[in-house]
Amino acid sequence: MSDTTAYKPVALVIDDEVQIRRLLRITLEANGYRVLEAANGQGGLTQAATCRPDVVLLDLGLPDLDGVTVLKRLREWSHVPVIVLSVRDRDEDKTAALDSGADDYVTKPFSTAELLARLRVAQRHAQPVADTVVFRTGDMEVDLSSRRVTVKGQEVRLTATEYSLLRLLVRHAGKVLTHQHLLREVWGPDYVGQTHYLRVYMARLREKLEAAPSQPEVLITEPGVGYRLVVKD
Amino acid sequence: MTEPNRPDPDTLLAAIQKEQTQRSRGKLKVFLGMAAGVGKTYAMLEAARQQRTDRRDVVIGYVETHGRKETDALTVGLESTPRRPIVYRGVTLAEMDLDAVLARHPQLAVVDELAHTNAPGSRHPKRYQDVLELLEAGIDVYTTLNVQHLESRADTVQEITGATIHETVPDSVLEGAEIELVDLSPEDLLKRFDEGKVYVAERAEVARRHFFQPGHLTALREIALRLAAERVGQDVREYMQTRQIAGPWKTGHRLQVAVSPSPFSEQMIRWTRRLADSLGCSWIAAYVETSIALSEEEQTRLTRHLSLAKELGAEVRTTADDDVIRGLLHIARTQNVTQIVVGKPAGSSWLSFLRGGLRLARLVRASGHIDVHVGRPEQAQEQKRPPLWHGPAESEWPQYLTAAGVVAAVTLVNLLLSPYVHSRTIGLIFLMAVVALAIRLGRGPVYVAATLSALLWNFLFLPPLYTFYISSLENAVMFAMYFVVALAMGHLISQIRARERMDRRREERATAMYLLTLKLADASTWEEIDRTAVSNVERVFKAEASLLRPEVSGQLRTTLSEKDLSIAQWAFQHAQPTGRFTDTLPMADAMYLPLRTDGNVLGVLRVKWKQSSPPTLDQQTLLEGFLRHIALVLDRQRLRDTETQARLLAESERFTNALLSSISHELRTPLAAIASAVSALSGQPPDVQQALIDEVRQASNRLNRLVDNLLDMTRLESGHTKPHLDWCDINDLVHITLKRLEKDLAGHPVSVSVPPNLPLVRMDLVLMEQAMTNLLLNAAAHTPPQTPVQVMATAQEGELAITVADRGPGLSAEALPHVFEKFYRAPGSPAGGTGLGLPIVKGFVEAQGGRVQVANRAGGGAAFTMTLPLGDPPTV
Repeated sequence: MSDTTAYKPVALVIDDEVQIRRLLRITLEANGYRVLEAANGQGGLTQAATCRPDVVLLDLGLPDLDGVTVLKRLREWSHVPVIVLSVRDRDEDKTAALDSGADDYVTKPFSTAELLARLRVAQRHAQPVADTVVFRTGDMEVDLSSRRVTVKGQEVRLTATEYSLLRLLVRHAGKVLTHQHLLREVWGPDYVGQTHYLRVYMARLREKLEAAPSQPEVLITEPGVGYRLVVKD
Repeated sequence: MTEPNRPDPDTLLAAIQKEQTQRSRGKLKVFLGMAAGVGKTYAMLEAARQQRTDRRDVVIGYVETHGRKETDALTVGLESTPRRPIVYRGVTLAEMDLDAVLARHPQLAVVDELAHTNAPGSRHPKRYQDVLELLEAGIDVYTTLNVQHLESRADTVQEITGATIHETVPDSVLEGAEIELVDLSPEDLLKRFDEGKVYVAERAEVARRHFFQPGHLTALREIALRLAAERVGQDVREYMQTRQIAGPWKTGHRLQVAVSPSPFSEQMIRWTRRLADSLGCSWIAAYVETSIALSEEEQTRLTRHLSLAKELGAEVRTTADDDVIRGLLHIARTQNVTQIVVGKPAGSSWLSFLRGGLRLARLVRASGHIDVHVGRPEQAQEQKRPPLWHGPAESEWPQYLTAAGVVAAVTLVNLLLSPYVHSRTIGLIFLMAVVALAIRLGRGPVYVAATLSALLWNFLFLPPLYTFYISSLENAVMFAMYFVVALAMGHLISQIRARERMDRRREERATAMYLLTLKLADASTWEEIDRTAVSNVERVFKAEASLLRPEVSGQLRTTLSEKDLSIAQWAFQHAQPTGRFTDTLPMADAMYLPLRTDGNVLGVLRVKWKQSSPPTLDQQTLLEGFLRHIALVLDRQRLRDTETQARLLAESERFTNALLSSISHELRTPLAAIASAVSALSGQPPDVQQALIDEVRQASNRLNRLVDNLLDMTRLESGHTKPHLDWCDINDLVHITLKRLEKDLAGHPVSVSVPPNLPLVRMDLVLMEQAMTNLLLNAAAHTPPQTPVQVMATAQEGELAITVADRGPGLSAEALPHVFEKFYRAPGSPAGGTGLGLPIVKGFVEAQGGRVQVANRAGGGAAFTMTLPLGDPPTV
């Protein structure tokens, strides 16, 4: 995505804790980012509007606005990838943030390696997904244009529902999709809350796609929140 | 006598309490005079003005100047509260507005004529009760009083002047009051009287006849002076007592007066009060209840006497004994009485005199070390004594008619029988009738039947017939014997019946009390106590009742009307019976009785009597027993509540303490590792740096886990753990958990056995993951490296069981029952645990409707099993 080596992606850190901001600046700058900081929600929104960052790291507990509110306002005019960084670890908080448009959710304390990986994934699917006609991860290949799925070159037959579930995950590869999101998109709004559909279909997909279905490597469960399709290079 | 200066602790305590109550209570100052017109009101107003000059807040509550100009002048410039008009039988009477004075709350209130009787419809019948309430509210009061209105002096004054005194003030009101004697020589007073300065013309004549005679005035003045001197003496005694000054007084006196329904009893009560006052000692009024039934009049009188004694400051003690002397001595001995006061036997008949004398002699003989005072009843009262025989009460007339009827019928039968049987048999038939009547009727009718039948027998059946003359000696003896036997039988049987009645009443009382005790013992909640108490009172007293208990704010909780509530509130705050049949607000339609234990008022019992007469002595005694018991039960419940709270508090304190001691260690250890590793980081070769960084990472992981545990525990404790139950895949759970713990379980081979085709199970995946994480970490921490850990899931009997089993040392027998307790650490556990992990597992699993168990495995090691209900997974 970067045309010149001189270009450094810009990361905006919105967090009221000085220490976290400082730490993120050190690690991000060491990994080739340019870092902007904002200590509150309002400041963050202004920075996001004026500086157009490539990725936003957002804390949920801000002194002036709630993080989810910041997220919603931001989403009114921007598709910039947002990673929520929070000490709140309840599924409700995660789900709320993801449903409000966050691309990922990282719980504090976090490991830097993990954060950088999530940042890369998030930046990647800032790209239009539809462009990727053939999606590859590990042994699996999904041809979105011809609706063909192969594992280790062998074609796998999927039902229509299984396929639309897989396609949804593929189009948002790397990103956590909440239960509600998946159910609404695949089964329709009436099925929101019927998570057992997801459990059953996910088990079937794993059976067909994973090398060891009880130890999935691609279709990962995010407990209490949803599922994620992991991109392996 | 080893420490002659040591004051009696009880007396000392009483003196201190008195000092304390006086500090919060208002002070009473009484301007005492020997008669009207000595200038009490004048002196009082002067003193009040002086107080105002001294910048105290003075208000006139009520002053009667009787139109005297000098006195009127003194009221000018003093603020006064307007009087409250009360319309009674078409006449408007102006009374002191007690509530207005209370609301105005001055430092000092001036209230004239302490002995005044309020108009019906006022809160209290007597003004001194208004004054007491003002004092209770912390307002000082100046008031006036003539000596003849003082309860204990009223008799004496009555005796001297011959005037009947209606308005009296109990001596106890003057307890602790400052008394200022307003003295004037009888000559000066008479002069003022003649000048018309004391009374207006028409009242003057009456007054002149009774009071305003030089001889009377001198006597009244002496009484007033003596009273004032006595008060001074008492104050001095108390002062000396509190300051340990040895004095000449005798402590430890305790008087007892025998109370009876006899009209003399009242005088003896007053006399004892005076004696107790001058001895400075306590006194009790004793009543011995015998099996002889009291007439309604006697009952009323007795009740009045006992309440008079109470009012005069006596403790009232009653006992039941047919032998009055034994009963009196029993009370005396149990109450540590030193002197008994009884009335001198009096009576117009020699028989009653003799009986009284014999009793007195027996009392003196049996009293042992207790002194016996014999008081003399006033002769003036003698005329009031009821005649020896008074007409039968209204209700007895039918009984007399029955008696006469039965005698007439038996006479007819006898007349029919007389040709066939001997006159002696006739006599026995009459006797039988008398006995039969005695079983049914009272004493009087039986006597009448006995006499009537004896006369008829004599007249109609004993020769010579149709005369009252008896010819043969044998018949005369028989007639006399008949008469005596009939009377004796009648008397005995009626006495037995009276005793039976008494026993039955006593038994009823005991049963009622027993039932209440029994029922209340079972009541464990406030509502049950309320219900039980109320239903028992209603059943026993045939009245409407309700129990009012205070809120935390001290306000009673009730559905009563505002007026009734205010009465109840008054009873509650003043801890005094209020409402109907009491001294306070007697116009109310129900009685409000405070439920007291020592010093605490726990509520108010409202009793709405259906009867129109005041409760009898029997009812009062029983009701008092009820009140005491209900109060005790309420107190018990209150203590139980307090105890529960204290226990919860102690529990949470214990939790906090354990938390602090455990956490401070657990928090500091990783922090210390991080701090020291970081401080050593710079300037080290890369391999050392890497090692230090690993230390930091491990320490921060440990810290993170601790904080997680603490947060989980806190959520559980505070009830914030609400599981989101969802149909989940067991494989998901096992896989996620094991993946997350990869590093932590690196030293242990983990084997997983989850059968295929397990159904979905309703659970909160996040909570289950945490629970399983804790079990796995627990297994890893408590077993030697390289020992295997097994994770097994099985579905059986409608339940899903997930087992985490290890091959470590297992759990000791004493640790086994405790491993799920907070902060419990099995003996010999490795360092680095908080004792929170397993309780969290238990809390989380139970929150999802499951359970967790632990057992040692055959072949060594421990196995923790979490069980969740399988339920009925929906079809897809």
